[in-house]
Amino acid sequence: MMYIISIIKPHRLEEVRTALSAIGVEGMTVSEVKGHGRQKGHTEIYRGAEYEVSYLPKIKIELALEDKLAAKAVDAITEAGRTGQIGDGKIFVLNLDSAVRIRTGESGEEAL
Amino acid sequence: MKLYQKFTLAGMLAIAAIAGSDPAFAQASTEAPADTRYILSSLLFLMGGFLVMFMAAGFAMLEAGLVRSKNVSMQCLKNIALYSVAGLMFWVIGYNLMYDGVIADTGWMGTPTPKVIPPTDADAGSYAAGSDWFFQMVFCAATASIVSGTVAERIKFWPFIIFIAILTGVIYPIQGSWEWGAGWLNGIGFSDFAGSTLVHSTGGWAALAGAIILGARAGKYGENGRINPIPGSSIPLATLGTFILWFGWFGFNGGSQLAMGTISDVSSVSRIFVNTNLAAAAGVVVAIILTQIIYKKMDVTMALNGALAGLVSITAEPLTPSPIMAIMIGGIGGVIVVFAVPMLDKLKIDDVVGAIPVHLLAGIWGTMAVPLTNSDATFYAQAVGVIAVGIFVSVSSAIVWLILKATTGIRVSPEEELEGLDKGEIGVEAYPEFARGGSAI
Repeated sequence: MMYIISIIKPHRLEEVRTALSAIGVEGMTVSEVKGHGRQKGHTEIYRGAEYEVSYLPKIKIELALEDKLAAKAVDAITEAGRTGQIGDGKIFVLNLDSAVRIRTGESGEEAL
Repeated sequence: MKLYQKFTLAGMLAIAAIAGSDPAFAQASTEAPADTRYILSSLLFLMGGFLVMFMAAGFAMLEAGLVRSKNVSMQCLKNIALYSVAGLMFWVIGYNLMYDGVIADTGWMGTPTPKVIPPTDADAGSYAAGSDWFFQMVFCAATASIVSGTVAERIKFWPFIIFIAILTGVIYPIQGSWEWGAGWLNGIGFSDFAGSTLVHSTGGWAALAGAIILGARAGKYGENGRINPIPGSSIPLATLGTFILWFGWFGFNGGSQLAMGTISDVSSVSRIFVNTNLAAAAGVVVAIILTQIIYKKMDVTMALNGALAGLVSITAEPLTPSPIMAIMIGGIGGVIVVFAVPMLDKLKIDDVVGAIPVHLLAGIWGTMAVPLTNSDATFYAQAVGVIAVGIFVSVSSAIVWLILKATTGIRVSPEEELEGLDKGEIGVEAYPEFARGGSAI
């Protein structure tokens, strides 16, 4: 089992969700987050004074998937999330040791 | 449209024909009976008064939009409280201190007694006494509203209200008596039609003294001259507030004609509406263009300030300028805003809503611009008025602020400032769903 954390641009969320649904991903957790990468945000002007916008709004999507689907999901997010501009985000893939469905107590891939 | 114009033209020709043939009609059309003049002039005061009264809502929304969400409830409370305190103080002593018993052309103040509103059957004069009191009271309240925006987000409620009571009951009426009470400034030929100096600069001087004595908001100015902008909570509210102020200004300037009983007066009120609107529009357009050129991006809060600076600039003389001159006077108000806002930051004077550039500096500009279009005014008298009111209001305000600072203290604790005044001083947040008080995460 794999746990996929991806950080994407907020306005790509709908496309990414559609692409993931198309390959059979059934569940996901989405949060609004803020952060920066190599560009370290940017500067804006308010009433004549410059200020740094250090953290830009992003969307974090978390998925827990069986190994076979995980590889496809990474491709789907990469395709659907890409705009070609800086700040498109990153995908992190972790090994997942266990999972439990709280309602039934099922564990392992059964719980996904 | 063309059809309508034809009808109008036909109507005018018909009236001209009747007037030409009937001398009685011609005479009646030049002057209304005294009763009618009394009614119409009182109506001007009442309409102008409720328009200016609504400016209190404009100030409240502008300030609510330009403070952070943690201070919005407090800013709303300060605005309704200051309007109310001004309304009481201007009845208790303010009005008579400004208008009653001022020695003509030399007087420095009137008599600090409550305003007596005569019974209906004895309400003689050229307008109703109550309509006049109401109209003058809302100007006094507008002066107080100017202060609250500058000192927002860090001043304690009660010392602020005590200052407002003294400003509206004593400081504003005394300097007002010099000109509108027909005192010494009026005697030397000073001219301030609707109050660029008497209302706007007065509020601005009181605000400036407060801002200096109170100090800047925590985190506003960093090391090595670094300026940290603190964006407000709601641009829509600030925009609505500005539109309400612009709307109310037609009462502010138009009502200051003080009479509507003749064709000449109504025509003047209408000219004032035209000039007032042109000046505000020019202030906005200049602010948008300048911020685009200087900063490569437009600044909406500067555009809002530009509207108000245009309005303040034309307030000292909204009647005599030609439309082109009104545009120029208001446009320079917009220039003042764009350059004065960053200048105040360099001086580390923290003016949350930009009231000092808008009301004080544009007020001085508007007052000094009067002789450009009004041949009865002189640069000398205008300068004397600007300086005299400036010294009196800033010194007396500074004394009151310093006494309050030494006794009750005027600033909330550093912890309370960081937590927000809504939580510390009144315990009600403006937007609980999105802040600590909400049960949502």
